[in-house]
Amino acid sequence: MTARVENSKPERARYAALTQFARRNGLQIGIVGVMLGIWLLFIIGAPETFLKKDIYRALMTSVPYWGVIALPLTMVIIAGDIDLSFISIMAVGMVAFWEGYDLTNSLGIAFAAALVSGFLVGLLNGIIIVKMGIPSLIATIGTQFFWRGVVEVVRRGQGESLTLARDTVLRDVLVSKVGGYVPAQVIWMILVALVVWFILNRHKLGAHTYLIGDNEGSARLMGVNVDRTRMLLFALVGVASAFGGVLQSLDVWYFWPNLGEGYLMNTLAAVFLGGTSVFGGTGTILGTFVGCFIIGAIQPGIIAVGLTGYWTKLIYGLIITVSVAMHAIVRRRME
Amino acid sequence: MDYILEMRDITKSFGEVQSLRNVNFRVAANEIVGLLGDNGAGKSTLIKIITGYHRPDSGEILFRGQKVEDLTVPKARALGVETVYQERALADLQTLWRNIFLGRELSNRFGVLQVKRMKEETHRLMVEQMGYTSSAVNPDSVIKTFSGGEKQGVAITRALYFHAELVILDEPTMGLSLHETRKLLNFVRDIKVAGKSAVFIDHNVFHVYSVADRVVVLDRGQIAGEFLTKDITHDELMEKMYRVAQTGSLD
Repeated sequence: MTARVENSKPERARYAALTQFARRNGLQIGIVGVMLGIWLLFIIGAPETFLKKDIYRALMTSVPYWGVIALPLTMVIIAGDIDLSFISIMAVGMVAFWEGYDLTNSLGIAFAAALVSGFLVGLLNGIIIVKMGIPSLIATIGTQFFWRGVVEVVRRGQGESLTLARDTVLRDVLVSKVGGYVPAQVIWMILVALVVWFILNRHKLGAHTYLIGDNEGSARLMGVNVDRTRMLLFALVGVASAFGGVLQSLDVWYFWPNLGEGYLMNTLAAVFLGGTSVFGGTGTILGTFVGCFIIGAIQPGIIAVGLTGYWTKLIYGLIITVSVAMHAIVRRRME
Repeated sequence: MDYILEMRDITKSFGEVQSLRNVNFRVAANEIVGLLGDNGAGKSTLIKIITGYHRPDSGEILFRGQKVEDLTVPKARALGVETVYQERALADLQTLWRNIFLGRELSNRFGVLQVKRMKEETHRLMVEQMGYTSSAVNPDSVIKTFSGGEKQGVAITRALYFHAELVILDEPTMGLSLHETRKLLNFVRDIKVAGKSAVFIDHNVFHVYSVADRVVVLDRGQIAGEFLTKDITHDELMEKMYRVAQTGSLD
């Protein structure tokens, strides 16, 4: 009798710990499950593609271009804002890169100019949104057009070959193939993910991000500097956008003035697929990271399993809608 | 007499609405001040000026005799003012430990959070202050599921944790059960015993009367009068409150 009581206690505690772990990490477990499920489907449907390493190299090459932006964008969305202008900031960064190189002949300075310009344009987004009180959805539609327009006016639609970066340290560090196989940009994306995870979970800035998105009024009453935090988050997305733009341009040896176009929906979908709430207050970096690769894999996966490209958007839409609905259900269960 | 807080000639308007007019308000060391007034009398505005949330249009604020310029919430909290707001000022989707340390996270000088320490402190507070023993609630619990009284408990525990010299309680009994209300009034008495001060705002005159040393009546943005509770009976105070609501004058 007593032995049974003693036995059941730690068992129950273990069960309680397990359910609490599941509750606390439900969204992350969910998204990893979705990823494994889709992966399995693709392996079954197209083993000749998904059991070879070429497809993985392709994903690791192209997903980081916008994946490095999706990660800090997650913080903006957790804080209850959104940024639609990052696709134009990618190109602004490359204009600064080119002008910086033109002036100094130094790729290092060109790279720094890109990041600084991204930071400033992002910060300006933040200032417009916070100080003038314009909803970020609307303000960044405006700045998306404005900055794309600036790029087009300055460049007159002209691109620029980047073969000058051949055999340079900068290009090797950013986009070379590590060990002849792994694209360096995916390692950068992992590093960005680690840094953003740390900021979000282990730094005051991240703590305040969650609080602002959850209840801005409470955050203000308790002395959180809401305005500064929100502005800083937009600036971070700006830096990351310029960084993503440099990664892609150096990798394809060319700067196109329409750099970034086509990434808006992918990037947002990755964040929401990853379980970040559009209402703010919740979201994880692991979710976004996995979300990026799911979004990146859908198109090649659909073609590899033998469906025509016409199916791509339909299946995109299906996966995103089902996942977001699943998140909503999981979230309600957790309460 | 030592005053922990002195407000001189405070005026505050929101657009065309003048919320406070030439208000002088003081809290002595180890004094519990009850703040009474009808809806719209300016009680919340007054306390939000003390906590640094609103800036007065004119007037002076002194803490322990020292004039403070540009009072902000972090500045007020650093000066020992902690507040239990009517709206609780909690973040529902976040964990208990994040709510306890909301806006005053323990961190090193680079802003890196001391998560383990905050969780340990929260656990200690739960056992020692909030009286939680259930294993279902722990520092990682999301507070959305807590009852009104439990949330109030979180807000009060938070105010206590930071060793407040002046605790401000804005309508703290709203939505509380009888038992929870009694606990809350005892908590206010404990503030007195501990040698600290408090400003206590409540619609219920009886609650205020039973714990306050002094009662200040605010009416339409001005101080209508003040009484030491030892000089006035509860019935007399009620009588005056009705009169002021109807005529704008206490007598």
